Amino acid sequence: MFRLDGKVALVTGATGGIGAATARALHAQGARLAITGRRAAELEALAAELGEGVLVAPADLADAAAPAALVEQVEGQLGSLDILVNNAGFTRDMLALRMGDADWAAVLEVDLTAPFRLARSALRGMMKRRHGRIVSIASIVGVTGNAGQANYAAAKAGLIGMSKSLAQEVATRGVTVNVVAPGFVKTAMTDALPEAARGKLMERIPTGRMGTPEDIGAAVAYLASTEAGWVTGQTLHVNGGMAMI
Amino acid sequence: MSETAEKVKKIVVEHLGVDEAKVTEDASFIDDLGADSLDTVELVMAFEEAFGVEIPDDAAEKITTVKDAIAYIDGHKS
Repeated sequence: MFRLDGKVALVTGATGGIGAATARALHAQGARLAITGRRAAELEALAAELGEGVLVAPADLADAAAPAALVEQVEGQLGSLDILVNNAGFTRDMLALRMGDADWAAVLEVDLTAPFRLARSALRGMMKRRHGRIVSIASIVGVTGNAGQANYAAAKAGLIGMSKSLAQEVATRGVTVNVVAPGFVKTAMTDALPEAARGKLMERIPTGRMGTPEDIGAAVAYLASTEAGWVTGQTLHVNGGMAMI
Repeated sequence: MSETAEKVKKIVVEHLGVDEAKVTEDASFIDDLGADSLDTVELVMAFEEAFGVEIPDDAAEKITTVKDAIAYIDGHKS
């Protein structure tokens, strides 16, 4: 079950912990991969680890033209694009009182607008082929909010609303659009948190451990599968029970 | 039948999976050929690709029949 043989997947932000784990999970299920991110050397290393046939396509999603070009490149070189994983994202945390317009806009651009542009470009081919999977990585804070993350939480909540809308538009074409909302996962992003903040967060996780990137990759692999064809417009919360929604 | 008309009809038949005989020039995509709103967007995209024309949204909205499509394409193709 859940095999992805013959499918082509594009994972953005594959240089990050969750992105790399997702790429590994999809690859393990048999998908052919295209990986993108800003740091070419790390993408090359991941591609080398995964073996043959991985398309390395470095790109900066802050560039408005990058998403369409990426989709074109993947479809051109790998012959299709069946699974789009919108994982790329970054934070620029600060209290709203200190948050400038540029801090707000930069996060929205990469974390919400780029996924929309990627989805828009990818949908064309998916609808024609009558099959497609779009999975966007949001965050628990998109649902619960988080002090210091007005920009990031807004972008992640936006992904959820966007996905529900797209899901309704393309459901009749065999394309599903879903979201995975990770909780507190051990990555470079969360390593940056101060020790005290980390301790406090841990108390709120019933399973008593932080998530791993693999926990998230497995959820994405499920939603990307043919078997998940009746699941669309949903947000799958993977958070160790930290929030039960 | 003009070359444009032939090509348009072929695209409509392929795209909507309808019987060629039903695709008359007066046929409405939605009322007669069973298209939904997404089908009409896909059809416009297919016309754009096939004929190398750009059909802006306000023009696309007015293309509701096979005849409309043929007329727009004949008037705008280079």
